[in-house]
Amino acid sequence: MQLTGAQALIKSLEREGVDTIFGLPGGAILPVYDPILDSSIRHILVRHEQGAGHMAEGYALATGRPGVAMVTSGPGATNIVTPIGNAHMDSTPLIVITGQVATAAIGSDAFQECDITGITMGITKHNFLIQSAHEIPRVVASAFYLATTGRPGPVLIDLPKDISQSKMEWWYPETIEELDLPGYHPEVDLNGAAVARAVELISLSERPVLYVGGGALKSHAHEELIAFAERTKMPVVTTLMARGAFPDSHDQHLGMPGMHGVYSAVTALQKADLLIALGARFDDRVTGQLSSFAAGAKIIHVDIDRAEFNKVRRADVTLLTNVALALRAFEAAMATPQNLDVWWKEIRTWQERYPLFYEEPTAEGPLRPQHVVEAIARAAAPGTIVAAGVGQHQMWASQYWPFEEPGTWVNSGGAGTMGFGVPAAIGAKVGRPDRVVWCIDGDGCFQMTAQELVTARAEGIPIKVAILNNAYLGMVRQWQEMFYEERYSEVYLSADLPDYVKWAEAMGCVGLRAHNLKEMHEVIAIANSINDVPVVIDFRTDSAEKVYPMVATGTSNDDIIVHPIQRGEAP
Amino acid sequence: MTPEPFLGTTEVAPVRHHILSVLVENKAGVLARIAGLFARRGFNIYSLAVAPAEGNARFSRVTIVVDAESAPLEQIVGQLDKLVNVVAITDLAPHDALERELLLATLSVDDANRAAVLDVAANTGASIVDVNGASVTVMLAGTPKACDALERALESFADVELQRTGRVALPRLVQTAIA
Repeated sequence: MQLTGAQALIKSLEREGVDTIFGLPGGAILPVYDPILDSSIRHILVRHEQGAGHMAEGYALATGRPGVAMVTSGPGATNIVTPIGNAHMDSTPLIVITGQVATAAIGSDAFQECDITGITMGITKHNFLIQSAHEIPRVVASAFYLATTGRPGPVLIDLPKDISQSKMEWWYPETIEELDLPGYHPEVDLNGAAVARAVELISLSERPVLYVGGGALKSHAHEELIAFAERTKMPVVTTLMARGAFPDSHDQHLGMPGMHGVYSAVTALQKADLLIALGARFDDRVTGQLSSFAAGAKIIHVDIDRAEFNKVRRADVTLLTNVALALRAFEAAMATPQNLDVWWKEIRTWQERYPLFYEEPTAEGPLRPQHVVEAIARAAAPGTIVAAGVGQHQMWASQYWPFEEPGTWVNSGGAGTMGFGVPAAIGAKVGRPDRVVWCIDGDGCFQMTAQELVTARAEGIPIKVAILNNAYLGMVRQWQEMFYEERYSEVYLSADLPDYVKWAEAMGCVGLRAHNLKEMHEVIAIANSINDVPVVIDFRTDSAEKVYPMVATGTSNDDIIVHPIQRGEAP
Repeated sequence: MTPEPFLGTTEVAPVRHHILSVLVENKAGVLARIAGLFARRGFNIYSLAVAPAEGNARFSRVTIVVDAESAPLEQIVGQLDKLVNVVAITDLAPHDALERELLLATLSVDDANRAAVLDVAANTGASIVDVNGASVTVMLAGTPKACDALERALESFADVELQRTGRVALPRLVQTAIA
């Protein structure tokens, strides 16, 4: 069967089970947009290429399947660089297809030419510049294999226009050998000796903590984690990337560690004698000052990427495998720590003394952002998926939303990409149309990518967006207040400019606003009653509200700052 | 077999160099991927040599002398191994490796110093590959130490143009594939 390169590309995507492409056409990718008309694949036309990338990420985070985005060459390609970098930092499986100028024009500074494989070399797991139409099936199959195995990540395919127009005889690789990846070996073996060492360290420990990272979600280790934690009675902390890997309602869950982590989670890591790091990478936002991080703890490090071992913190035992397999091995060996009663008693004291805390809002407002998150969560259907941008609102969402299952938290962790929330929520809703999807956003973030609500309305993707509108770039404001003597530099945005309700309405969405508690409950109820169009709510929150607890950059986790009232100070 | 050339008398300053023999797929951009990785991770390359490997057009061998002071070798190897086009990495401990390097130097000569130049070449095992009235070009294919020695010996001459290739290396008898 003779196909054009463009037809072969779409047919290859169909073979990989792709049901949705997020994209925006342009000159160099034009040939590929013709066979889309005849394909079963749904194409979602975005308003900006960054939106396509974040939607594909949101789709991947909510479904566990790779997200696919397609854009044209030059600026189309550079506009999607941020999502690629974001997916790289968070190990999200993402396939990005970029059009490229014709082979003969490459290197000539042709119209809309850019070296996107060069640009993305450092922020992709791998990338391909296709050389012939014949290799399209092999490249597509390789891209999906690379993006979804081992440590997942983004893979970019750059397709020159002449190749998408040229003819090829259809074929598709049936085996991994046909992919021709002699340097890629994602399968790993559990080393029996290392498991035995780990089991021994566990058996000696009196103050262990399961330090759960994003790898636990990537390897679908949810059930293994619950089984192992419950049998061993070990306390669990879940990082920003692992929210949902272990139920927040579980009695052994201390919550999120790190810069804005729960006091007991942060302190349990500090005082532990053993950390079992499960697909976690000792990120600086978790460790604080490295030299004083968990200074008395032995480390068992489980990771699928061996370059993470001893990169930040030297481990006593390393297990090169996925989290689910490691936990199964621990269970098989009946790894059991010492009696943890004393340890739990200590932890319970911290939990009682320093729970997450904020001051109750007054009835007339302004609203407390934490309270808004809790109110939305209480009224939300079970299994609701939450997406967030980056900043204070993200931290409040991660702290106060009760995550109970994997795939319910869609967030930009490593890269900290403002504007991630709205498009990621759209992608999540496309991937899980059966679920309610809320985006908890900040006013700064919302302004970066809000145009994708036009996409959401046009494509019938009814997400709900809660803007915690404090009129500021709130996290930067918080740092300026705490560390720059309240010298506020370029952080004021205004609560009224833009008018978020009118903006939402102009984009075909329902726009709502709440200044006080009564209005807050009303608009949440209205939003929950609307299931056909996107809803945007402008929640007017207190500008002075800060995220607590906080570990200031470069300081020790021992010096965690709790809410002023918990410190016995006037707010 | 020709005898090992004179190794020179001066020890070079000890540096924690490691030799990585890296087998890569012979694909466009592979060298950029390696160089880019070293640059963005802050690893230092001391020298680098690339050539097709084992007469096979599919693979090339990249010999990288890395500065293991700049980052732990484990981290360098771990990150390098993640490049999809990297097929195998062999860490060659200096005493297990056969290392060779090529040095070319052109010197301006006159009647007064021509004999001295020829003398240095003879004493260091370098060969004369080009002579004309005003200049002599010497070549040495030898151990890095031998090349160091020749380089030092040539320092006393004015007007020297010198180029070294960086080393290539293979394991002597046993090799340990670490990736």
